[in-house]
Amino acid sequence: MKVLVAVKRVIDYNVKVRVKPDNTGVDLANVKMAMNPFCEIAVEEAVRLKEKGVASEIVVVSIGPKASQEQIRTALALGADRGIHVETDEEVQSLEAAKLLKAVVEKEEPKLVILGKQSIDSDNNQTGQMLAALTGMGQGTFASEVVVEGDKVNVTREVDGGLMTVALNLPAVVTTDLRLNEPRYASLPNIMKAKKKPLDNMSPADLGVDIAPRLSTLKVEAPASRQAGVKVADVAELVDKLKNEAKVI
Amino acid sequence: MSILVIAEHDNSSLKQATLNVVAAAKAIGGDIDVLVAGENCGAVAEAAAKAEGVNKVLVADNAAYGHFLGENLGELVAEVGKGYSHILAAAGTVGKDFMPRVAALLDVAQVSDIMRVESEDTFVRPIYAGNAIATVKSSDSIKVVTVRPTAFDPVAAEGGSAAVEQLDVVKDAGLSQFVSEELAKSDRPELASAGIVVSGGRGMQNGDNFKMLEQVADLMGAAVGASRAAVDAGFVPNDMQVGQTGKIVAPQLYIAVGISGAIQHLAGMSDSKVIVAINKDEEAPIFQVADYGLVADLFEAVPQLEEELKKVL
Ligand SMILES: Cc1cc2nc3c(=O)[nH]c(=O)nc-3n(C[C@H](O)[C@H](O)[C@H](O)COP(=O)(O)OP(=O)(O)OC[C@H]3O[C@@H](n4cnc5c(N)ncnc54)[C@H](O)[C@@H]3O)c2cc1C
Repeated sequence: MKVLVAVKRVIDYNVKVRVKPDNTGVDLANVKMAMNPFCEIAVEEAVRLKEKGVASEIVVVSIGPKASQEQIRTALALGADRGIHVETDEEVQSLEAAKLLKAVVEKEEPKLVILGKQSIDSDNNQTGQMLAALTGMGQGTFASEVVVEGDKVNVTREVDGGLMTVALNLPAVVTTDLRLNEPRYASLPNIMKAKKKPLDNMSPADLGVDIAPRLSTLKVEAPASRQAGVKVADVAELVDKLKNEAKVI
Repeated sequence: MSILVIAEHDNSSLKQATLNVVAAAKAIGGDIDVLVAGENCGAVAEAAAKAEGVNKVLVADNAAYGHFLGENLGELVAEVGKGYSHILAAAGTVGKDFMPRVAALLDVAQVSDIMRVESEDTFVRPIYAGNAIATVKSSDSIKVVTVRPTAFDPVAAEGGSAAVEQLDVVKDAGLSQFVSEELAKSDRPELASAGIVVSGGRGMQNGDNFKMLEQVADLMGAAVGASRAAVDAGFVPNDMQVGQTGKIVAPQLYIAVGISGAIQHLAGMSDSKVIVAINKDEEAPIFQVADYGLVADLFEAVPQLEEELKKVL
């Protein structure tokens, strides 16, 4: 079966984010960018499905500026077979991303679509569910285990109370949580090979999707910063402070 | 304006998060209805009817909603919610699952995890793991919003007397079935709403050592949490993870033991009133946010903490 994986280019998770002085956003100039960590897990899961003989082809899609091709190449180096780049320099919000992905799903007709549960920039946690709704598919969100059996996929989900397993009819959408797998690193020969793998380029207009955002960001501020407090000498002092100074116990 | 709040519950009792979401709805202003969707959830509806500020409780009681499957809830809420100006739910794993479906079915954007209401169409929310705070305005006719419960003081659970109305809309999308669940059983308070949280990290070394934290927690009536590293290493289950991608907590007192203080962890606990860090590395970033820092080996400090607490509690 064909698996479609969506990946997003975001600020590297190790980078300390800085708000721009004019409060219009965060400073992305000269900042290290990378594949969203949850998307790496999505790619890894698809590759494992291929290694198990469950997936026959992995198509990776990314929406974003020209540089998003780097993340598509990374996915190709990790084992995806071909790439689709929906290129735009405009801000693409979750609903519009889902609409673009729906258009790609209609062309490619994958049996399974795997996405990260959230991207670490917007922290929205929306696109996979929106895509599932728009395409009329079931959704296995926050997945920690994915097992394909015949025309169904069983997804174990990380939920507030623990774990929950659902069975979904295929085609279905899965969004990844942290413990689904540990992504591998791409080897040098595979990075070289990835450069020759096919990569299609298209625009939102080619897909017939209006990406005008519905939400406008009025301002972006730094969070209220906490002050470092005091160091206590020992446990007795700690308990005394908690009881008599902070009065929290 | 009319606001539909989707209740969070387990079919037998109403979760406190619902009261926090009703508080967010009050901040927006307008009539507040609560939808209780579940199976044999009559007691939940009764509890919701008593909550302060609720105008009407709508009940969709059907097997299709028993396990809160996002496909079925999505269709139900999109249908019931289309007559409202706002649809609100808690940003827990249930709300995060079905709300984007509702938004997509209504062809509107969703505003996730709001911390503050500026006006009926403008909300404040964290981005980049809380390293930036965005004020966003929605131009859609229906605002679909998930709410960070810890950011809103709950309305009173008692005192209201809303009418309860049964709905007969049954939406079974037929796309998914519940198979099984493994729910953590604990007599301790719920992590997300506990007044005190004691969390352990990689420094705990193994799951057995978490017993030390549990003993301390039980003395104070606290919940026990963990860092991602402790969950990934299999010390404790996933429902204990605090952070950007785990649970958001804001207790009166948060005690971080053997946790370094990565930004993703801080994203889940930095709104706590008082933070205590116990770590043997005095350079650990957790000390930059801690009100009280103790540089010590946790295997000595935690048993001592238990003894000292026994003296004063
Ligand atoms: C996409 C993404 C999402 C993430 N989401 C989360 C999240 O939601 N929550 C989260 O917590 N993390 C999250 N992380 C992981 C995060 O980046 C850190 O890796 C993690 O928080 C580290 O956990 P830790 O502090 O327990 O471990 P470490 O960073 O290894 O720290 C262990 C600490 O224990 C101390 N220690 C060791 N032994 C002792 C001892 N005997 N006595 C006292 N102190 C001792 C050490 O000095 C050290 O400071 C995420 C990462 C990514 C990439």
